[in-house]
Amino acid sequence: MRIGTFGAVVACALAPLAAQPAQAADKIKIGFISTLSGPAALPGIDQGNGFSLALEELGGKVGGLPAEVSKNDDQSKPDVAKQLAEKLVKRDQVDAVVGVIYSNVMMAIYNAVVDAKAIMISANAGPSQIAGKDCSPYFFATSWQNDAPHAAAGAYVQQQGVKKVVIIASNYQAGHDAAAGFKSKYKGEVIDEIYPAFGQPDYSAEITKISSEKPDAIYAFIPGGGNVPFAKQWAEAGLTKTITPYSAFMYEAVTLPAIGEAGLGVRSAAFWTYDLDNPASKKFVAAYRKKYNAYPAVYAAQAYDAVLLLDAAVKAVNGKIEDRDAFAKALATVKYDSIRGPFTFGNNHFPIQNYYATEIVKDAEGNLVQAGKGLVLKDDQDLYHDQCPLK
Amino acid sequence: MLNLTLVLNQALNGVQFGLMLFLFSAGLTLVLGIMNLVNLAHGSLYMLGAFFAATIYSWVGSLPLAILLALPVTFLAGVVVEFVVLRSFYQRDHLDQVLATFGLILFLNELARVVWGAAPLNMAIPAFLSGRVELIPGITYPVYRLALIALGLLVALLLYLLVAKTKLGMLIRAGASNREMVEALGVDIRLLFTGVFGFGAALAGLAGMAVGPLLSVEPAMGDGVLILALVVIVIGGIGSIRGSFVAALLVGLVDTVGRAFLPGLLVTMLPRTLANAVGPALASMLIYLLMAAVLLFRPQGLFPAARG
Amino acid sequence: MKALTSEAVLRTIVMAALAIVPVAALAVHQPFYIEMMTRVMIYAIAALSLNLIVGFGGMVSFGHAAFLGLGAYVVGLAMVNGLTDGFAQFGLVIVICAAFALIVGALSLRTGGLPFIMITLAFAQLLYFVGVALRQYGGDDGFTFRGRSIFPGLDLKDGVTFFYFVWVLLALCLALMYRIVGSRFGTALRGIRSNERRIRALGLPSYRYKLAAFVIAGTMCGIAGGLLANFAQFVSPAYIHWSVSGDLLVMVLIGGFSSVFGPVVGAIVYRLLEEILSGYTEHWQIILGPILILIVLFARKGLMDIFARRPASVPGVGHG
Repeated sequence: MRIGTFGAVVACALAPLAAQPAQAADKIKIGFISTLSGPAALPGIDQGNGFSLALEELGGKVGGLPAEVSKNDDQSKPDVAKQLAEKLVKRDQVDAVVGVIYSNVMMAIYNAVVDAKAIMISANAGPSQIAGKDCSPYFFATSWQNDAPHAAAGAYVQQQGVKKVVIIASNYQAGHDAAAGFKSKYKGEVIDEIYPAFGQPDYSAEITKISSEKPDAIYAFIPGGGNVPFAKQWAEAGLTKTITPYSAFMYEAVTLPAIGEAGLGVRSAAFWTYDLDNPASKKFVAAYRKKYNAYPAVYAAQAYDAVLLLDAAVKAVNGKIEDRDAFAKALATVKYDSIRGPFTFGNNHFPIQNYYATEIVKDAEGNLVQAGKGLVLKDDQDLYHDQCPLK
Repeated sequence: MLNLTLVLNQALNGVQFGLMLFLFSAGLTLVLGIMNLVNLAHGSLYMLGAFFAATIYSWVGSLPLAILLALPVTFLAGVVVEFVVLRSFYQRDHLDQVLATFGLILFLNELARVVWGAAPLNMAIPAFLSGRVELIPGITYPVYRLALIALGLLVALLLYLLVAKTKLGMLIRAGASNREMVEALGVDIRLLFTGVFGFGAALAGLAGMAVGPLLSVEPAMGDGVLILALVVIVIGGIGSIRGSFVAALLVGLVDTVGRAFLPGLLVTMLPRTLANAVGPALASMLIYLLMAAVLLFRPQGLFPAARG
Repeated sequence: MKALTSEAVLRTIVMAALAIVPVAALAVHQPFYIEMMTRVMIYAIAALSLNLIVGFGGMVSFGHAAFLGLGAYVVGLAMVNGLTDGFAQFGLVIVICAAFALIVGALSLRTGGLPFIMITLAFAQLLYFVGVALRQYGGDDGFTFRGRSIFPGLDLKDGVTFFYFVWVLLALCLALMYRIVGSRFGTALRGIRSNERRIRALGLPSYRYKLAAFVIAGTMCGIAGGLLANFAQFVSPAYIHWSVSGDLLVMVLIGGFSSVFGPVVGAIVYRLLEEILSGYTEHWQIILGPILILIVLFARKGLMDIFARRPASVPGVGHG
């Protein structure tokens, strides 16, 4: 008995060495990590919905391989996320980790996942370090580098001929990145930059200050718990007529029901909107609305797209996902019907993609939606890709 | 840059913020002063109040009516919480109370998430309270925020009258210092405590309902305001309603004025990038620095309540 | 007497069980459990240190995570700035955390009760905002680094080595804590908890005793923070968040305030509870909340009490 156990242990320990990389795997293990509880969970729940929807449409198979999926809640705590990532790559030995809303969570899990040669697909977070010097052949983003949508918004505001802007962004890393991204493409005058605390509930002081500075427009990036309060208080201050609000990730499908009419007329820029004219996107939006009785936000779209990407790449390597380098190469080059339309990955595996102007309007049924308003940037690539040593 | 209109406007913002803080803190300090109970779950009652009002609002479509109907519901919720859980903790020390009510926060926040979902709910400002009004020539101010200031002052006045001038207030004050005496008068002190707790819950709920149209009604919305309220109570002196009124205004003003002017001031003294990093952080720290400073000179707070 | 012996038995069993975790985990080819228990032991050190001031000194700190974060930042910043020597790093942790604890303690201990709870929270919040303001180190996002502290002859990058490194430190901290609690200083501290006036009347400088305990606890928690930075190879202000201070208090509560070893049991049980409950439902806090309330209500001395039920309480260590 004792010898038997020992034998089993040895067999167990040697199993990975014995695995033939050239053989097709019999299943694919995917770990989904996102913020599913706590006050910052809304985008994560949307992301989870998009992820589940894609798997459901594929009949629980990814690239023909049965998918073994676990959903994990990082509670938006980096050390919890780190522990989950360790569990996924070491205990469950997943082939891919998908999801992640917040950049601090991504930074905490990134090394653990890519060092284990598991594929990491970010369906939202895109910190500059990962796009630049810390890039990895095993990392992919179906979203965008953190600065990119803000740069696109800067380009949009520039194209609109706006002269004077006040930037207001939450005081955390992504907030400062947002301001930097916006300024990289906006060449007019930035008369003030205001950085309220992350998740702050009351913005009366900041809004009063902005109104006294009389800009032509504001650029606002206040994610997390502060977005709905800011949106309501901005509308309540009655400034929209004189100061055009531009913003990113505040007025979107997950928050618009709570913001209500106060969101009308707010402009932004995005790589994807619900009305984007391509078959994959139309199918996704229709299916999402049918299943969840709500419009999807970008988070769901990105997670849905991540599964489509995996599906196409697994097919491309004929299920031989154990050969990680070939699999990663397939992910980087495979063509699939993305919800954003045709695009390519840059050397750092962030998308080179179009950005569109958006505005909050009412759709035919009277729902508030973020509608596309034409192209702003074509084939835009992030600012950090040349710091990435991958070719 | 520093013009008078702006200063006045920001001062009003600070007063409005402070009065809402007072509305929230009043119940907390009453419970602490009278029952000697640290209730961290006070923020959850604020959240419940806002949720009740938002739900009723979605049925009736009128904010004032929704608030009127949600108040007794929040009172009842407070009574239930007191009766089921907190009643057992009056005789325990602060550590036990902190831990038990921490557990209560976890439970109530998650319960709200199960019942109402994670998405924030919408409550709109009624038409007759929307827009801006000219206070003195050249200075306009949002009507709804003025209404909040009026509400805060009204509740403060009513509380003062209730505690200082009525027989009920006398009983409450006596109950804090002398249980036996109150019981000898034939008053059921348990019932009195339950009532006071429900009243405090309703006040917290009222604060949640009143700011609901400006903030987002969502699970865990009370966590941040709870910490601010604890700061208020400690600065004001534990158990003192007058103290928490003064401290709430002080905290509201310091926080608002700090956020409004401190970063701008630093930009004139430091390089822009450094000022952008230091200014907001310093503004966030101001109220904690204020509290540390107050405690340094007056460890019992500004208005230590006489305790038996 | 019986209480103490059963604690000793439990202590031996738990520490021995921990010691064979790597062997068992490797045997079933699940090295993940080594990582998991390493993290648990690091939190156990933090909880252990908190209990010195809360359980034995009666000072309820709601800002203990400040020291966890400070220790983590010292090690993290040393790593990214090229100081990789472990002795130097942890030497810095001890000096800086002790100095910070001395300042915070000296100011906070002028108060007591709720103001003390709040002012410790305030200091933690201040440190939290300093972390957020450190933009060159990722601000709110924090920063990662590769590698672990370098001690001669030890390869901490190896998970098993790092596990035993933490295990030994936990054992050392435990031994130190038993020495402290058993000393005259410890007796005086417990005396202050139950009746500060009497201690003062005996002519003992209660303020200085409390301050000393506060500094020891802060420093020990800083070491846990340094280990946490090494463990995660990642540092962020999230370590200082007030909910972490709350978590630490809960761990002490579950284990029991009145015994030295309680917090270790509490840390293990709390993390396992979290692991198991969150496996069932993402609404696991709806179960955890009532569990906490029930523990405070009915098992005030925590799980340690169950192992040491018979005597009413250890003299002088009991509640209030």
